Amino acid sequence: MYDVDAQGGGLLDEVEAAEAALRAAAERGAQAGGAGRERFDALIAADQKIEPRDWMPEAYRRTLVRQIAQHAHSEIIGMQPEGNWITRAPSLKRKASLLAKVQDEAGHGLYLYAAAETLGVGRDELVDLLLAGRQKYSSIFNYPTLTWADMGAIGWLVDGAAIVNQVPLCRCSYGPYARAMIRICKEESFHQRQGYEILYTLAHGTPAQHQMAQDAVDRWWYPSLAMFGPPDGESTHSAQSMAWKIKRFSNDELRQRFVDMCAQQIGALGLRIPDPDLRWNDERGAYDYTQPDYAELMRVIAGDGPCNRRRMAHRRRAQADGAWVREAVVAHAKKAADAKKAAAA
Amino acid sequence: MSARSARSAPGRRVGDRAATDLVGYLLRLGDDALIAAQRLAEWSSRAPEMEEDIALTNIALDQLGAARALLTYAGELEGAGRDEDDLAYLRTDREFANCLLVELPNGDFAVTMAKLLFLAAYQHPLYGWLAGSADDRLAGIAAKARKESAYHLEHAALWTVRLGDGTDESHRRMRAAVDEVWPYTHELFATDDLLERLDKAGVAVNPAAVRDGWLDTVEKVLDEATLTRPVDGWTPGGGRRGLHTEHLSYLLAEMQVVHRAHPGATW
Repeated sequence: MYDVDAQGGGLLDEVEAAEAALRAAAERGAQAGGAGRERFDALIAADQKIEPRDWMPEAYRRTLVRQIAQHAHSEIIGMQPEGNWITRAPSLKRKASLLAKVQDEAGHGLYLYAAAETLGVGRDELVDLLLAGRQKYSSIFNYPTLTWADMGAIGWLVDGAAIVNQVPLCRCSYGPYARAMIRICKEESFHQRQGYEILYTLAHGTPAQHQMAQDAVDRWWYPSLAMFGPPDGESTHSAQSMAWKIKRFSNDELRQRFVDMCAQQIGALGLRIPDPDLRWNDERGAYDYTQPDYAELMRVIAGDGPCNRRRMAHRRRAQADGAWVREAVVAHAKKAADAKKAAAA
Repeated sequence: MSARSARSAPGRRVGDRAATDLVGYLLRLGDDALIAAQRLAEWSSRAPEMEEDIALTNIALDQLGAARALLTYAGELEGAGRDEDDLAYLRTDREFANCLLVELPNGDFAVTMAKLLFLAAYQHPLYGWLAGSADDRLAGIAAKARKESAYHLEHAALWTVRLGDGTDESHRRMRAAVDEVWPYTHELFATDDLLERLDKAGVAVNPAAVRDGWLDTVEKVLDEATLTRPVDGWTPGGGRRGLHTEHLSYLLAEMQVVHRAHPGATW
């Protein structure tokens, strides 16, 4: 019927290989001598992992905090567009899968906040920065989910793009981040398969379902391409991140890889990619494609996407509505501790 | 569908009253679980803490899993070719047999926990009894659900205590929640002819028999939470006969909207 495994499997193999490399590096032990910057540079050069107790340049730490926090926030904000369809999922089986998927996203957010904590910033502090608008999340979540088919398009395209972005992060030089990414990538590839299956079922269903699926792919295609960030020439953080082996491939390299993957999968779906110029280029050994509208990407990042205000308002409301509950937890724990102390005295 | 319409359902496989009684009973249990799952799922991305978001979703998934098993069995036993989705998405609110407790809006976190505490303290011993039911398939479903509801009960009890014995505000909210939800617990233990027949046949237990245990569990939790058991008075009911609150129709409208817009489609 369909074979997403060929591609998803290839990426999963890379995740496995990254995990094996990580274990091997740990077994070799830190062989770099020296201290401070000299040792840090030697570890990076030897493809070994930087661990929380190791010395690291302040800019390396800052870059990682920014990136891991943005990634964690994306998982948490990313619960909303899909959470939007849980109560309306059209079958009980789909409802259960979607609930579990959104739950996985909360779990990913937790692993990532924990990875950021190893760099000396607490989850509460990062959440405050998000709510104050001082840290970002992936701009893709500022687009609305308008029909059930969007659950398929998000799974196939958005999770697909996320995996292509994240698989190289399994080899990131910072150990806790690399380990979190290995775990996350394994679950994401399952999500992508689920999304593909939703789209496949719709595309091969009634004419109305087919139309719904095509409309969703039409709306999510270019925003998904924009997930890889601005073109290489305009990317501000890239060069240093590559040198530090936080980032392993350029934005454009990853975007091309994603386009090639989707172009191969779309046929079996029975849908089309909304790009009249998408075609195989023999010379390059890759698909030519139309670039997304980067001016739109910048507008959405700056706060003027269709759902930026709604997503932030939702998160702030949840945080504010839960304040009295969190206060009660602290008060109750203190009472319990006091009672224990009194009993011991 | 209600127990009454099950009796007149055409094309059922088993013609005797015992089978139609069981269909009606499975729908009551299944609808309780389904509507509870739907309400709990509304919390996704809204919980007071991220860990609690995950916990509430876990409980919603447990309830949904039990609902699917119960509704699938009801459909098969009825023999009219209805599957879990036909029963969940294509019945009207007058055909749902859930108790009113589960359809009440979530309210604040305290109301949600009061609802969950009362429901889990009922489902846990009920499923425990049903795990020994004369009907093997129901017994199997109940044995799995019993383990899950032990966790639901523990979770709700923990929160009831924390909130009741937390800050002044959380105490006030938890007390108000218990007072608000309490009247709806009476319906859980109401009996009728169907339950009495199933009880006699060893298939189900008359829920009146589990009320003492329920009260014992709930009173202990309320006591630890520095809350007092509300006075019994008003006893709203009718859910088992398809007479619901005004809330259910809205809940179903949302749950069923996509499915009903595409008759006969596969998802």
